[in-house]
Amino acid sequence: MTALPNDEPAMLCAGHAACPGCIDALSARHVLAALGPDTVAVIPPSCMAIIAGPQPYSSLKIPVYQPTLEASAAAASGLRRALDAQGRRETQVVVLAGDGGTYDIGLQCLSSAAERNEDFLYVCLDNEGYMNTGAQKSSSTPQHAWTGSTPAGKASRKKSLVDIMAAHRVPWIATASAGHLGDLQRKVRRARALRGTRLLLLLIPCLDGWGLAEDAGLATARLAVESGAFPLLEVEDGERWSLQSAKTRPLADYLAVQRRYRHLTPAQVAALQDEVDTGWQRLQRLVVMSPPPLAPATA
Amino acid sequence: MNVRDAGATGDVPAGAPVLLTGNHAVAWAARLARPRVVPVYPITPQTPVLELLTEFQAAGTFDAEILTVESEHSVMSACIPASLAGVRVFTATASQGLLLMHELLHYAAGARAPIVMANVNRTVASPWAFWPDQTDSLAQRDTGWIQYYVESAQEALDTVLQAFRVAEQALLPALVNLDAFYVSHALEPVRVPAQDLVDAWLPPFDPPQRLDPAHPSSWGNVVTQAMYQRHRRALEDTMARVPALAAAADREWAALTGRAWGVVERYRCDGARSVVLALGSLCGTAREAVDLLRAEGQAVGLVKLRLFRPLPVAALRAALAGVHDVLVLDRDHSPGLGGVLHQEIRGALYGLPDAPRVHGLLAGVGGVDVPVRHLAEALRGVAQAKPRNEPAWL
Repeated sequence: MTALPNDEPAMLCAGHAACPGCIDALSARHVLAALGPDTVAVIPPSCMAIIAGPQPYSSLKIPVYQPTLEASAAAASGLRRALDAQGRRETQVVVLAGDGGTYDIGLQCLSSAAERNEDFLYVCLDNEGYMNTGAQKSSSTPQHAWTGSTPAGKASRKKSLVDIMAAHRVPWIATASAGHLGDLQRKVRRARALRGTRLLLLLIPCLDGWGLAEDAGLATARLAVESGAFPLLEVEDGERWSLQSAKTRPLADYLAVQRRYRHLTPAQVAALQDEVDTGWQRLQRLVVMSPPPLAPATA
Repeated sequence: MNVRDAGATGDVPAGAPVLLTGNHAVAWAARLARPRVVPVYPITPQTPVLELLTEFQAAGTFDAEILTVESEHSVMSACIPASLAGVRVFTATASQGLLLMHELLHYAAGARAPIVMANVNRTVASPWAFWPDQTDSLAQRDTGWIQYYVESAQEALDTVLQAFRVAEQALLPALVNLDAFYVSHALEPVRVPAQDLVDAWLPPFDPPQRLDPAHPSSWGNVVTQAMYQRHRRALEDTMARVPALAAAADREWAALTGRAWGVVERYRCDGARSVVLALGSLCGTAREAVDLLRAEGQAVGLVKLRLFRPLPVAALRAALAGVHDVLVLDRDHSPGLGGVLHQEIRGALYGLPDAPRVHGLLAGVGGVDVPVRHLAEALRGVAQAKPRNEPAWL
């Protein structure tokens, strides 16, 4: 293993309140570093709000507005327009929200902001449940996963935020993971160069909520990508799909390291594998059917 | 005359009376105040405010970022950080819309965001109805917003402009309430002040702190118990200054325009033994009832409460000094209690030596008509009546 030089400006300070080994903090660190200091963050109640710190402390070197849980995209819209009215069009507005605040209670205003194509980067730190309140299910929790509110395993499937946002035909959507850091950094730089509503969906393996070892966050994030459970992709204007990862191992490898799936029967594992395979085939069709890119897809 | 066209082209003669509805008077006030961000959502009977502002913008006479979001909840969610970023913010709503904002009303006051919002008082569902009723805004009394209630289109225009001055001085949000249809849709002669006058009245909004990457600071982070209480006490201290700020703003506005409305208005109260006390358009009916009884030689008057939050207790006590009976009208309903204003006035006068007796009357709840003669009869009989705890309905 080689250490990569870190020449990014530190926008997330040491001493923050994340759990030891947390991938949320690591992901936010790289997102904020790539965005730079001319940025204002909107952080609703979530793990990230805890990491941002209690008054009068702040772990972030940029201004933070903490809205109510369901209002991130609306708050980001108002903030964006106020900055525009002051001629501050270069200042980035970034939302750092969890999956509960995005897939569930915040979806209405996110849809509205996307319809207006408001100019901000919405980063969903998706740990597949309400982890800040002790691991309850959200509509992002995968089928069969144990949570505090689905003790027998979640009955319904995970909602696809990417497809919902693609249906809004926003300029740019991407998935990324701290387990594939180069891809994540490239995508944030690309997002920074674009305007309009941009969505970056980051998978955040939650050590406590998923039942992982303290040092297993990044490895689990990589297993999610390699098994095809969390494909790395980009969608431009809702119609140009591209894949940045390959499916190279069985889903069982990913499930096996997580306590939330320990109760699964072989039949349930097989059914989940079928879903991943079907989803992967659909993605490949979407990539093939995509019109040619308007511009080079490099940042 | 074609009032809509006059409004949209922006060519109303400054200072001369034109016919405007209360809603259009509000839109004119908002335009003159030069807010930079206006998130807004349509709802009957507020919609003409939204429509005239978007017409102004389309005509190039209103330079604001208008956000047509998907709900009133998102309206207020957008208003707060826009205000905290350091720009003037205006919006308007009514009834269900105000109720949907409830969580954010608390949030705005806590954030000390001096947003000004017009609310057209309309019945609250269920069942559905569209009539004048002030339960919507009175139910927001504990949210930390300054609240005005107005009686006419002119007062609506003047009060929106006064509210911006007071809100920005206090760093508190302000709500200007106008009754559905009686004020929102009635055409009345209104004097629209010149832009120069309003520009001098409202200098550009320049708050001491703002969300700015050049000077990073945050709002909303978790606080300790002691910090929370300190914040509430600071809010209370500011609220305590608002009656004086509102009175000063009204005096200065009068010096510029010749129009004063008072924080509390006394109408024909000299020597009055019985007075009627009300909010908003019911005061128009009450004035006629008072005139009727004065013509009969009865010592009656009207006390109009224009500023409801903060409740101007000292001004109320002064206005009611020497009065024997107060008849408080409530065009609102708090089930299990009766009238909100009735309880507020009882609280304001409690413990005062020789306090007037306070009678409550639920009048016009749900928008039912309040005939002048019915009100006159109630006021005439109040000196012989015994104040009751249970609600009385007109």
